[in-house]
Amino acid sequence: MEIKSMRFKANASASLANVVLQGNLKNAKGKFVTKRAEALRDLDDFEGTRDAAKAIRNKVIDNLDLWLERFERKALDTGAHVLWAKDGAEVCRLVTEIARKHGVKKVTKSKSMLSEEAGLNQALEAAGIQPVETDLGEYILQVDNNEPPSHIIAPAVHKSLDDVADLFHKVHGTPRKTEIPALTREAREVLRGHFMTAEMGLSGGNFLVAETGSVALVTNEGNGRMVTTMPKVHVVITGIEKVIPTLEDLSTLMRLLPRSATGQSISNYFSILTGVKKPEEHDGPEHLYFVLVDSGRADVVGGDFHEMLRCIRCGACMNHCPVYQTIGGHAYGWVYPGPMGSVLTPLYAGIENSIDLPHAATLCNQCGVVCPVGIPLPELLRKLREKQTDAGLRPLTERIGLRLWAWVAQQPTLYALGARFGVRYLKWLAGKSDRISLLPMAPEWTRGREFPAPQGKTFREMYAARRAAQ
Amino acid sequence: MRVGLFVTCLVDLMRPSIGFAALKLLENAGCEVVVPDTQTCCGQPAWNSGDKPGAEALAKKTIAEFEGFDYVVVPSGSCGDHIRTEYLGMFATEPEWRDRATAMAARTYELTDFLVSVLKVEAVPGNYTGSVTYHDSCTGLRSLGIKAQPRALLAKVKGVELKEMNGCEECCGFGGTFSVKFGDVSAAIAERKCDFIHSSGAKAVAGGDLGCLLNIEGKLRRMGDETTRVLHVAEILAGEV
Repeated sequence: MEIKSMRFKANASASLANVVLQGNLKNAKGKFVTKRAEALRDLDDFEGTRDAAKAIRNKVIDNLDLWLERFERKALDTGAHVLWAKDGAEVCRLVTEIARKHGVKKVTKSKSMLSEEAGLNQALEAAGIQPVETDLGEYILQVDNNEPPSHIIAPAVHKSLDDVADLFHKVHGTPRKTEIPALTREAREVLRGHFMTAEMGLSGGNFLVAETGSVALVTNEGNGRMVTTMPKVHVVITGIEKVIPTLEDLSTLMRLLPRSATGQSISNYFSILTGVKKPEEHDGPEHLYFVLVDSGRADVVGGDFHEMLRCIRCGACMNHCPVYQTIGGHAYGWVYPGPMGSVLTPLYAGIENSIDLPHAATLCNQCGVVCPVGIPLPELLRKLREKQTDAGLRPLTERIGLRLWAWVAQQPTLYALGARFGVRYLKWLAGKSDRISLLPMAPEWTRGREFPAPQGKTFREMYAARRAAQ
Repeated sequence: MRVGLFVTCLVDLMRPSIGFAALKLLENAGCEVVVPDTQTCCGQPAWNSGDKPGAEALAKKTIAEFEGFDYVVVPSGSCGDHIRTEYLGMFATEPEWRDRATAMAARTYELTDFLVSVLKVEAVPGNYTGSVTYHDSCTGLRSLGIKAQPRALLAKVKGVELKEMNGCEECCGFGGTFSVKFGDVSAAIAERKCDFIHSSGAKAVAGGDLGCLLNIEGKLRRMGDETTRVLHVAEILAGEV
């Protein structure tokens, strides 16, 4: 997917000015936050379960090669093929080759963020193969001129009912419908034909189970089952970090994933798919391929951002992020938005391509509090800021300003003098008023709010005067 | 008990009355309070902006200045946490400084936490009359567990009627340098906070971190609200309003 993260600031301003989007975001925010809170109340020991989940994920990412080999051996035993892709281009090449080998003209897809990373739909189309998104949200975006997703589990969350009603009316050429069930039925009717005719199904994978060589899929619409069981070929595309040791581990993680993501105690559909169709079985694919993708993940292993690999892609961090809630996902400019995206985009798409993202957070740590695998997201964002500074990627004025300020703050006498001067300058700016409406050195502050005037003297000079008087 | 008061750079610059309120509260509770006059900033802005050398230098300076005290008290959750939590992670390769940072962390408290958890104060000098809603600043709340302490203290001020707002734990959008790097987003988040404050019906909003308070006051005034008072909890508790 094309990286537009360098335009974060302009994108964010555009999001703020978009009245329809602002309404849609307000609507979505409450639902995600409240439903998660309610679902987690049912869990007798959230902290304990989270510690267990964290331990499972750590066990894997600390010895990733080992667990991947175990998974590969088991998957091969079940009759699956296991292919390795080092980047998005290789994903596109491998999937296109598989499609060609089996004479595939149409591919039905359930949600896969890795397919977004790789830009797979464009590659398939270029190869004359029709990709059909079957997750309702992804389908809406695909028929809306391939709009990118704005959320990892609710890709069309930025759209309103009205937006979808207009869109379906336009692309399906049917009378405009305004009820959600009617719109859903319309999409289902269109998709049904595709399910029946696709020769290949493509899915992501929420987890890969090393013990059994299985892929676990968490979905809500049933499309995942259609995609993975009806066509003769099933291709699973997922990141190499998604492996977990056992089915027991899967059950622990599943106590947290749907609750954290959608506020469900269990998703509507939960599939554990193992191997190809056996002779005595009625359905399932004849050919099963795992495309396990690196795309920057291996470089993260063992480094400063290692803990990010625990991520199970629930989206709770973005749902609870004040910045995401305010501007939505598109502003972040790549596949993954919100706090997890502001860590992943620099790591996978280049720190130099996403200068703003690590700074696009108030470090309020609401993301860290809700993360079901305890990723210290604010700390990782801060470390990325450090990396940027060390690499000279921040604006020169900012770097000089910071160093100068830090140097002055180490010279108490000079600092006191500067503070006295600064306070008087601010007081002068305010005049008789209790506020400053335009701060020349920080106009960003005063564009949307006032800057309260200082009281007039520094604490330290007032304290010194008081001591002298005593 | 000798207490070193770290007033914070923002209080020093913008609102000394908070520093004097903290001083009064501590002295009133029987502490011998010292304000080291070489103190400047704990280094949090440098640390959060990715300037590690600058942050480390300021951490060492602050540690050295406050080593002689039984306790170090800070009228800010975010500065308090910076000293308590972040200093520890800075000196992985400097064992001497790591030990000194660890010792300092163990003796450092956010003001309301100190008054409640260490001093266990029975009464406060404040005499404020009116309704107050409380904004829980992010770092104090999520890192130091500052939640019940300021409310318990406000409950000791006779005329204070606490009116909780929805979303009291939601970020106000300040975020330090975030507020000037992404001013529009920051102000939009602040507007949500102000809506919560208005819905509470309280005549004043109180908090424990001046950064958030400047952000909230600035947004309230820009929204045309000329009456809602924005106060540091220490000011109410000390009767320095």
